[in-house]
Amino acid sequence: MSPDNPTPADTPAAGEEPEAVPAAEEAAADPAPEPEPEPAAAPEPVDPAFQSVVDSLTERLGEGFLASEVVGGDLCVRVDATQWRRAAEVAKTELGMDYFCFLSGIDWLPNPLLAGRDVWDPNPNEASEVAVDEPAGTIHTGIAGGDTRFQVFARLYSTRTHVGFTLKADLDDESPVVPSITSVYRGADWHERETWEMYGFDFQGHPGLRHLYLPGEFEGHPLRKDFPMLAREVKPWPGLVDKEQIPGEASDEESAPAEEEAAT
Amino acid sequence: MSLTANPAPVDWQKASYVASQAADARVNVELETEGMILNIGPQHPATHGTLRVVVRLDGEEVVWAEPVCGYMHRGYEKLTEVRTYPQVTTLINRIDWLGHFANEVPFILGAEKLMGIEAPPRAQWIRTIFFEMSRISNLTLFLGDMGVQLGALTPVFYAFRDREYVLNLMEAATGGRFHPNYDRIGGLKEDLPRGWIDECHGAMRKVRTFCDEMEDLLMGNEIFQTRTRGIGVIPASVGLDYGLSGANIRASGVDWDLRRDEDSPLAWKEVDWKVWTHPDGDSFARYWVRLQEVREAASIVDQLLDGLPAGPIMSKVPKIIKVPAGEVWCHTENPLGEMGYYIVSQGGLGPFRCKIRSASFNNVSILPWLLKGVYVPDVITILASLYFILGDIDR
Repeated sequence: MSPDNPTPADTPAAGEEPEAVPAAEEAAADPAPEPEPEPAAAPEPVDPAFQSVVDSLTERLGEGFLASEVVGGDLCVRVDATQWRRAAEVAKTELGMDYFCFLSGIDWLPNPLLAGRDVWDPNPNEASEVAVDEPAGTIHTGIAGGDTRFQVFARLYSTRTHVGFTLKADLDDESPVVPSITSVYRGADWHERETWEMYGFDFQGHPGLRHLYLPGEFEGHPLRKDFPMLAREVKPWPGLVDKEQIPGEASDEESAPAEEEAAT
Repeated sequence: MSLTANPAPVDWQKASYVASQAADARVNVELETEGMILNIGPQHPATHGTLRVVVRLDGEEVVWAEPVCGYMHRGYEKLTEVRTYPQVTTLINRIDWLGHFANEVPFILGAEKLMGIEAPPRAQWIRTIFFEMSRISNLTLFLGDMGVQLGALTPVFYAFRDREYVLNLMEAATGGRFHPNYDRIGGLKEDLPRGWIDECHGAMRKVRTFCDEMEDLLMGNEIFQTRTRGIGVIPASVGLDYGLSGANIRASGVDWDLRRDEDSPLAWKEVDWKVWTHPDGDSFARYWVRLQEVREAASIVDQLLDGLPAGPIMSKVPKIIKVPAGEVWCHTENPLGEMGYYIVSQGGLGPFRCKIRSASFNNVSILPWLLKGVYVPDVITILASLYFILGDIDR
């Protein structure tokens, strides 16, 4: 619910490695780094357009309105999955969100292909900064929070006021079911078909959940994080094995002055 | 007994049985025509790739239509999850292969926003120039190609000829005609080569001449007008409901252009240009709006070239790009419509999840609604006037 971007507190030294040492020591001393105490009494002024979106959704959905967060000048609202269609209706009829942008899903399971390290890690032997001592499969959800592995999210926009927001809802891990919003936004039809085949979310009330991209007999849900990438199973990603020299890597920097000296 | 448009699958056996019984009972009865399934594509010039449209016909009239996509699905959203940010730009170049450079921009802007860095002004201006040039190279092809779909073969050769001037310039600066991969987080790969600006002014003159030619040759043509006016009308509310964007929705009278209406670090606000709309919403309006857009784009490029600021083209970024955890939605007005990326980062070298919102996907999803009740020759006109690129649908 905090209006501030939590990134600085959450990821110490995301980019710079040399400066990371003191921050890492701090993190080691305090294994559960708490977000910095924020002045909750004086939140940042929220854009009045966003405030009206939050207000009317809170009023209409009541308990179904779970969380909202403004980050980087953009509003994200999380609602209960049962209130998903109601939220879309309120957005369209009362908030004037006439334009349907997209609908898709997120699987918050950590990517098993990366096995606790970053993509294309330049130093695969060193422990990754991201990997911390937590059980495998720990889920970190994003803006506006989340309690479950799966989230469905949609983007709605008003072409008159040029205000848009992201709508999210948590779905059950075992049976991800959410009401279809095709009756509200007709454009959601194909998006829900795509999300259904890619994530296995069941959109109740959709006129025909058929495969859109994949062949009809395809099994599995490719965009789920635990769906295997066959090419990677057969042969490891060359970025990890035949590692090319990255321009500007430490050894590169060291060799550059040496060459200059040799030239002079 | 004529068959009315019906989205649900018709039980043809039953219907023909009922019709035959009715024919027995009554004397003056309109005989039923057999429903016919016509397959348009997957290989059809109007589809810009491999889109298959299955239509069911009653005589000459379409009673049901279903686009079948997926022939070109490349799984970019999955692939972005196992690639670094600089590697992703190589992929997303190929989404809308005619609007190449414009695909890179929203992704890069989103990543920059998450990292809290901004490219220097010169880089932003050059980005805008290339953005508009990719719009020109994309839409000139449409302006000529629309003629081919109506049986006029000449315009497309003009289009290919004049598009080449723009593509050559892109190649001169970026090294790639179709896949420039020129945008970098924090700036651009290289500065413009010497003499490029003068050549670019010359190319923009050619583009303007091309627009005049098309207006004269094609848009003023009576056959063209008869075949496009009043065909495939999309009301604004329906279009917005389906998520149509870009010229398709501006041709329905919606005055909405992300270049003007959204805050963007790119330089559109620095120059003087106009958003064109057309009230009709038919195939002709879509052609007309795109023609004006090419003219505006040429004018934007000219003005930007004149006022191009000096300075660096790359801001200071870490050698290894790591994007802090967070989520960002970044969208721009691409040649085909609104294109955006919803990037979820968890602090790694690559995106955790990257939802690609491409314009053509929504633009084509209106086809089942739009094709209902039109005649067979108009199907091609409507497909051509909606203007989609298959890579932009299938991603």
